[in-house]
Amino acid sequence: MDSSELMQLYQDVIVDHNRSPRNFRRIEPCEAAAGCQHADGFNPLCGDKLQLFVQVADGRIADIAFEGSGCAISVASASLMTDAVRGREETGARALMATMQSLLTGQRAVDDALMDEVGKLTALAGVAAFPMRVKCATLCWHTLEAALDGRGQSTTE
Amino acid sequence: MSGLDIDRVRADFPILDQQVNGHALAYLDNAASSQRPRRVLDAMRSYEERDHANVHRGLHTLAARATRAYEEARKTLAAHLGGVSPEEVVFTRGTTESLNLVAAAWGSENLGPGDRILVTELEHHSNIVPWQLIAARTGAEVIAVPVLRDGPMCGHLDQDAFRSMLDERVRVLAVGHVSNALGVINPVAAMAAAARAVGALVVVDGAQAMPHMAVSPAALGADFYAGSGHKMYGPTGIGFLWGRGEVLAGMLPYQGGGEMIRTVSIAGSTWAAPPQRFEAGTPNIVGAVGLAAAVDYLHALGQEAIAARETLLLETATAALEAIPGLRIIGREGPKASVISFVVDGVHPHDLGTILDAAGVAVRAGHHCAMPLMDALGLPATTRASFAFYNTEAEVAALAAGVREAQRIFGTGAGAA
Repeated sequence: MDSSELMQLYQDVIVDHNRSPRNFRRIEPCEAAAGCQHADGFNPLCGDKLQLFVQVADGRIADIAFEGSGCAISVASASLMTDAVRGREETGARALMATMQSLLTGQRAVDDALMDEVGKLTALAGVAAFPMRVKCATLCWHTLEAALDGRGQSTTE
Repeated sequence: MSGLDIDRVRADFPILDQQVNGHALAYLDNAASSQRPRRVLDAMRSYEERDHANVHRGLHTLAARATRAYEEARKTLAAHLGGVSPEEVVFTRGTTESLNLVAAAWGSENLGPGDRILVTELEHHSNIVPWQLIAARTGAEVIAVPVLRDGPMCGHLDQDAFRSMLDERVRVLAVGHVSNALGVINPVAAMAAAARAVGALVVVDGAQAMPHMAVSPAALGADFYAGSGHKMYGPTGIGFLWGRGEVLAGMLPYQGGGEMIRTVSIAGSTWAAPPQRFEAGTPNIVGAVGLAAAVDYLHALGQEAIAARETLLLETATAALEAIPGLRIIGREGPKASVISFVVDGVHPHDLGTILDAAGVAVRAGHHCAMPLMDALGLPATTRASFAFYNTEAEVAALAAGVREAQRIFGTGAGAA
């Protein structure tokens, strides 16, 4: 790691989404009968916490919001994720989840095809150079999966 | 001049002389695990290459040498603990196993419904969870002395609350000598005296005190005192439990196996005397040898010289960090060991940890295995810099510069609009 990798990690988009997270609120009431799923994400290693609310209508993510506390990577990742999956088909959100997993773990390089697929989420690509921080970025995605699956909780263990 | 020759001291620790991420390593995570001097590494290697066999069995020469090395290590440690009897020193895997041993072996015979185990909000999880386990099995209850949440002594234990919680229901006081998370030194002697006055057993987690000061657990008024080799310049996987002789003698074994028995028949067995009663199985012999070499090393440097050096580092680092706008030290006031826990406005400890690592500075960021303390102080996490005598003022400066760099990245601190 060197300072350029550090700059790659903490680029302006990340710093901005950490300082002013988008969709940082609750959806209330959030009732399963009305298509709203709620899940808690927790990283027991570092204490990052995330509460995710997902409103699904006709197989599409109509609204998504989160609250929680954590490092800049975890907050920015959740913020970017909510922007990215809002309005998507549930299946499309799950596909994006898989793509992000391979991007964040360095199994997939950033190229034009990837940028088309993930858009602004490319800003998180720098995480791959910091293996200790990958779970910070994936916590929100695991939590989204738990919410869509109707499981209430997700941990990064 | 009784001061340490810092260049010579650093030369004793081969690991310190390296570049990390393009910068000179500044190892400021000593409270998590300290580094080992050559003397420790050499003693362990020499034992492995010349003397190893199993202990307390076998009549051959190597068995005798191994047994002697192991028992000499016990004597070295006993002498270091204020001259206690070697029979009162049990080798364990570390502080965690020591505390589990007391909770399980003493607790299962002596605790019951209505009894209270008094821990503190400052404790490491290893001095909370073993007590919760035995409480669940015996019907006893775990309660905690609170820390002061604000005021000048924020982060220190609330001694008024402690005294108000003491009554005859309290059967155990389990308290850390030095807080791993904040570095504050608890008034253990006074607390032990008060707890003993109501008939409570006094169990002290000494893991964070042993590297910094000369400790005499019997004089402190403790019944048990636990420590870890790797926090005091020795190897991992070895630690100790000192127990008052008469208390140890009244306890049943913690684990069964070889070494801890006197006789075994299918109808039943009898136990060896302490300390062997609590050392089932082949022990970590080379670990004990390494721990004893670490004790010898500390004596060679001199406990006073170590304390003077660490006080200087603590004061220098406190001043350097406090000069940074937006930085707040948690548990600032002494008495303290050379540990500084802090938070920085707008910079999460994990991000700070990564940014410092990029500058070669190793610190701990997180809850420090002290989640109840973090909850009490309303903090998700802190960054902790913990200093050993081999650290330098240049490393303190690298820490402070790294914090300022983090503030620059996040657009906070002095330069922020």
